[in-house]
Amino acid sequence: MTAPARASRTGGTGLLGGAAAVALAATVVLGLRLPPTVEQGVYARLIAVHPPLAWAAYLAFGVTALASALWLWRRTRARRWDHLAAASAEIGVVFCALTLATGSIWGRPTWGVWWTWDARLTTTALLLALFLGYLALRRVGGPPDVRARRSAVAALVAVVDVPIVHFSVNWWRTLHQGRSLAQFAPQNDLDGAYTAVMLLGFTAMTLTYAWLLVQGYRAEAARERAEADALADALAERRAESPAGEPVPAAAP
Amino acid sequence: MWRDALLVAGKDLRIEARSRVATNQVAPFAVLVLVLFGFALDPDRGVLARAAAGLFWVAVLFAGLLAVQRSFTIEAADGGRDGLRLWGLDPAGVFLGKAAAVAVQLALLEVLLGVGVVTLYGADLGGAALVGASAAAATVGLAAAGTLYGGVAAGLRVRETLLPLLLLPVVAPVLVGATRAWEVAMGVSVDDGWRWVQLLAVFAAVYVAAGVAAFGALLEDG
Repeated sequence: MTAPARASRTGGTGLLGGAAAVALAATVVLGLRLPPTVEQGVYARLIAVHPPLAWAAYLAFGVTALASALWLWRRTRARRWDHLAAASAEIGVVFCALTLATGSIWGRPTWGVWWTWDARLTTTALLLALFLGYLALRRVGGPPDVRARRSAVAALVAVVDVPIVHFSVNWWRTLHQGRSLAQFAPQNDLDGAYTAVMLLGFTAMTLTYAWLLVQGYRAEAARERAEADALADALAERRAESPAGEPVPAAAP
Repeated sequence: MWRDALLVAGKDLRIEARSRVATNQVAPFAVLVLVLFGFALDPDRGVLARAAAGLFWVAVLFAGLLAVQRSFTIEAADGGRDGLRLWGLDPAGVFLGKAAAVAVQLALLEVLLGVGVVTLYGADLGGAALVGASAAAATVGLAAAGTLYGGVAAGLRVRETLLPLLLLPVVAPVLVGATRAWEVAMGVSVDDGWRWVQLLAVFAAVYVAAGVAAFGALLEDG
C-alpha cells in the first residue's frame, strides 16, 4: 500500500482517503451482517450501497453543473472549474452505472425483472446517457479553452433537461419504491439497524466521492500541463535540430 | 436579432431548396424508416396502428438528426462559420434562424410522415387540435435542442457520431410527450393529452432560451 507515502506528501487527501476506506469497509462488514428481511431476504442488504451510490452520482452531476456554471460566468472563470467539472462527471458516470447495476441485481429477485420502465430508473438511465455524451465530448480534444467552453455549455444544457425528463417519465410511469429514508423510518430494532447502516453507506460514498474528486482533479490538471509541455518539448526539439548560428523560424502554432 | 434570424433562416432554406438534399435524401430516408418498422413489426395492421404514434416520432427524430447534421455541414464548408461571425450577425439571431430553418423542414417531414402512418399503418389521426398543437410544440423543441447541440458538435471531426449520442437522450422527453399526446388524439390511450402539450411547450421554451443565451459562446469556437 502506498497510502502512508501519499499521506506524507498530501496530508489532507491521505486522511480523506483513509476515512473513505474505513467507512467503506465498515459499510461492507456491517451491511453483510444485516438480518435478512421477510419480504426481500438477503437482497434487502443492498440498501447499504444502492441509495448511497445514487446519492453520490447525483451529487457528482450537481458539482459538474455548478463548476460548469462557474466557468461560464466571466467573473469566476478559471481553469480549475473546468478540471473540477471533468473530474466530477467521470466519477458521477461510474457511480450512476453502479447505481443501475446494483438496482438491477436487487430488482431481479424482488420485482422479478432486471429492468422495468419505472420513472426513476428511466430518469437515471437517461442521466447516465447524458453524461456519457458529455464525457465523449470532452474526449474530442482541441484547445483547452475551446473545449472548456463547449463542455460547460453541454453540461448545463444537459442539466436543465433533467427536471423535464423527471416530469415526463413521472407522468408516464411510476413503480419505484418510496424514498428510502422515508420508508425506513426507525420503527423497530430491525429498521433501526438498516437505517444506521444505510446512513453509514451515505457517509462512506460521500467520502469516497470526495477522495476520488481530489484525485481526478489533480489528474485533470496534470493532463493539461502534460499537453502544454508536450508542445513546448516538440518545439524545443525542432530548435535543437537546426544547426547553430542559423536563424530559427518563429514557432508556428 | 429577428432580422438576422430571418436572413439566416432564408439562407438555409434557400440552400436546401436548391441542393435538394432534404427532398432527395432526408425525406426518402424518413419514409424508409416507416417501411422498415413495417418489416420489423407484425405486418398485421393492428400492431402498427397501435404503435403508430411512437413509430412516427422515432422516424421524425432520426430524420431530424439528419436535418441538424445537414444544417451544420453547410456551414463547415468554405469557412461558413467564420463568415457567420465576420458578418457581424447577432449569435442569438443565427441560432433562431438556423432553428427556424430546421423547424420548417421538420414540419414538412411531419406532414409527409403523417400521410405515411395513415396510409401504411392505418392510423387514425383524429383529434386534429391535439395532434397539431403537440406536433408544433415538439417541432420547436426538437429544432431548438438540435440546433443547440449541432452548435456544440459543429467543427469537430467526430460530429457525425457524437451528435446522436448528445442529442437523443436530451430529446427523450419530446419523444415521450409527443407520443403520449398523439396516442390520446388517436384514441389508443386515455390520458390528459393537453398536459403533454404543456410539457412539450416548456421543453421548447427552455431550449429556445438556452440556445439564445449560449449560441454566442459556441460560435466563438475555432
